[in-house]
Formats: sequence, C-alpha cells, structure tokens
Amino acid sequence: MEIPRHWRLKKQRYGLVGEVCPHCDYKIFPPRDVCPNCGDEAKDLFTFSGKGQVYSFTTIYEAPTGYDSSAPYTVALVKLDEGPIITAQLTDVEGSSVEIGMPVEMVTRKMRDDGDERGILVYSYKFRPSLLVPQAHHPAG
Amino acid sequence: MPNNTLLKPTRPVGIIGYGAYVPRYRIPAREIARVWAGGKAALPVKEKAVPGLDEDVITMSIEAARNALARGQIQPSDLRAIWVGSESHPYAVKPTSTVVAEAIGAVPHVQAGDWEFACKAGTEAMVAAMGFVGSGMADYAMAIGMDTAQGKPGDALEYTAAAGGAAFIIGPAENSLATINCSYSYVTDTPDFWRREYQKYPEHGVRFTGEPAYFQHITSSSKTLMEELGTTAKDYQWAVFHQPNTKFPQRAAQMLGFTPEQIAPGLLVPVIGNTYSGASIIGLTAILDIAKPGDRILLASFGSGAGSDAFDITVTDKISVRAGLATKTQDYIARRIEIDYATYARYRGKITMK
Ligand SMILES: [Zn+2]
Repeated sequence: MEIPRHWRLKKQRYGLVGEVCPHCDYKIFPPRDVCPNCGDEAKDLFTFSGKGQVYSFTTIYEAPTGYDSSAPYTVALVKLDEGPIITAQLTDVEGSSVEIGMPVEMVTRKMRDDGDERGILVYSYKFRPSLLVPQAHHPAG
Repeated sequence: MPNNTLLKPTRPVGIIGYGAYVPRYRIPAREIARVWAGGKAALPVKEKAVPGLDEDVITMSIEAARNALARGQIQPSDLRAIWVGSESHPYAVKPTSTVVAEAIGAVPHVQAGDWEFACKAGTEAMVAAMGFVGSGMADYAMAIGMDTAQGKPGDALEYTAAAGGAAFIIGPAENSLATINCSYSYVTDTPDFWRREYQKYPEHGVRFTGEPAYFQHITSSSKTLMEELGTTAKDYQWAVFHQPNTKFPQRAAQMLGFTPEQIAPGLLVPVIGNTYSGASIIGLTAILDIAKPGDRILLASFGSGAGSDAFDITVTDKISVRAGLATKTQDYIARRIEIDYATYARYRGKITMK
C-alpha cells in the first residue's frame, strides 16, 4: 500500500474517528463526508466510544497475504453503540468463544506488516471482549 | 554530599492519571524449565506475561495511555509531551511516541520522544516530565515505560523477560491523585546487561553482578532520598522496587527496612515477570489502585548500567474517584490465558521462517 494512503487513514484506524452529520446527528463510520441518512454534507469529526457488540462473525483460516502470520483469526460485523455497523478483526479471544451479541470494545493493534519485515507496520482498530470495568463509570455499557 | 541532590521542581507536581497494561497470555516458568532444563531449574517467577501476535510496545503504550487519560480526566490535547521509555521499540528507526500521540488524539501541539535507558527509561521520562511541568513550560506531560522483553531461548533471562508497563500523566500538584514530593537519581556506569545493535537477544553478567549493580544502585538511591528527606521506611505505607525476579526486590526492601507487607501490593514480578522499563512503575499502578488518601509511597527503579531513580510520593483524596475510572492492574493480571512453549515460540517470533 502506498505510504500517503496510510497517512490519510490514520485517524479512523488508530482512534475510530468518524463523522457526525450536523443536520440530523447521524454518526458515520468510516468517514465519507456525505450523510447516508439525510444526504447532506457531513464533515464534522466524531470519535466513537469504541463500545459495541458482535452482530455476526466468521473465522478466517486461509488469510490473505500480509495477514497470514496471524491466522486463524475471527472477523466480525460490530454494531457500534452509536449506530454504525463496521467490519473488524476480533482479538484477545478464541474463535470458539465468540457469540452474537457479545459486548466488545475497540483496541488499537498491529494489523499487518506492509509487505515483509522491512515494510511499515500498520496499526488499526480491532475489537476484544469488553473488560470488566465498574458499572458506575460506564452507564451506557 | 553536595547540596540540592534531590530533584524538586519549584512548582509542585504530581500524578494526574495513571494506566497499566498487561497482555493476556502467560507462560509458566515450569514450562520453560520443562523444555530447556528437564524440568529441573530454580524458578525465579511463577509465570510471565507474553504479548499476542498483534501487540507490541506501541499498541501496549496506547492502551496504558488511554487508561491514564480516563483516570486523569483531561483532554488529550492538554498534553504537551508524550515520552515512551522502552528497550523494545518496534522500529529501529521511526518513533513509537508519535504513533501513541496520534492514536490518543494528542497531536499536533505536543512534544514526542522515545527514551531508551535500560530498565529505567520509564522513570527517567517521569523525572523529565516533573521538570517540564514543574518549570511551568507545560501543564501536562505523559511518561510511559513499556516493554516486550526477550530472553535468548534457554537462557536464565527467558524465565522472566516479560511484556507490560504503565503510563503516567504528570501535572500540577493541585490536580493530582498523588503528589510527587521529589525524586533522586543515582547513576554510574556499572553494566551487567546489554544488547549490541542488530542483536536480537541481550547478554548479561553472571549471578554475582547483582551486588555492585542492582543492590548498590537501588539501595543508594532509596537511602539518599530518605536521608535527605529525613524519613525512614516507617514513614511509608508502601514501597515498590525494580523487580527483575522475586528475590531481588524482597531483599532490597529488607536491606532498607521495609516489611514484606509494605511491598506486597506492588510486587507483581511473580505473576507477570520482569517488564523491564515497566517493572517498577506497573507495581506503582497496583499500589495506587488500592491506596488511601495520605498514603506515602517510595518508588525506586533500576536499569543495568543506567542507575536508579527514587521517588517520594503522597496519595491525595482525588485517588478515591479516579482509581476506578479505568481497568485496574490486578484485573489485567487476572485476565490470564496459559500457553505452552510452542505457542509462546510462535507469538514471540522465535520460529524462523526462512
Ligand atoms: Zn444527516
């Protein structure tokens, strides 16, 4: 992948930064500058909480180049608490223990080596089973 | 002794927020002994923490930093420095700290820097942050000590070299969950552990180097700090020392007059291993997790051929709310998946593919 593309994607990849529509408050991820809900322009940045749940999932045994060193791994559709459903790798979990509806949270992890051991390391969001944190401080969770 | 050996900023400073990180995988020391010593070896720890395939010092620092921000209740854009101390930065050339700063949303109005100073790179960054804030140059600075340490397969270090660490936001004392009253650094060139460029695994001296290296430095830093402050071990509720194995910090504590109870909550090496730049300061996070307002803490780091930094810390009433705002260190430790040597060898890249 070209280096400038990594630069453009870093905010959404590292910190789950998407957009919020200033007209209808719809939360957008990945950012696309146009609200899929009302069709108006939506360029205001919005940082997602990273909390969500597993909507569906599948385990990958034959991984594409660049990802093969971490196979097998599980990819899920994650429904974020703020609304959008996104595709992401799950981590810190055995494929056999993943369930639909499982609460997950975003972490930033190494996604792959770009090319080989000489290339740039690509970091991005993944989701893991939510750690137990005191309920009082996460009323939405 | 010259005057002014203690490092004490003119503007009082303290810890605003803190965060730990320990990966979930554990390899028991007996499993390493099974593979390399026919099961017959003195075990320096019970088990050690091993990072997953997608973890490194960058990802682990990001999580610890997010925990520190959650506890500190400040905006990432309030930070004027992100300093990451480690012996295992993922790149030989390209900073760790910029990725961390970007991921937590602290860019672009920020200092960023990677520190490398044996096992005390993390506390070295904390002292610098004290100066940065204490001089009035900035209100908030983040210091991180994090490592994914590697030992040569079968070497004594392989039993303990582990992954984990902690992040601290240093800021004005009035907004602190613990004030840092002062620090003191004791530094000489007495190397007993090193790694040359392009070498994957470190070399180390034999057992007797513990005396002139670890014990000499860590007791000198702690003793001088206490002498200059007019305190003794009895004035502290808790103490935490660099912990390369279980016995060294226990003996250092005893030499300085601390009881086993005083070091118990911060002595994590038996269950997570030696986290190098993270070792003493992740112990401090476990203490802060259970500390009460008014508790006084002695922290002393050590790095081979680098020296020792000692800190005098007093917990404030802000601890009561903030300690609960992020995952506690013992909860990370309890999140435990045991792996065998083969899985460990894969996770740590010890299997050569070409
Ligand atoms: Zn809209």
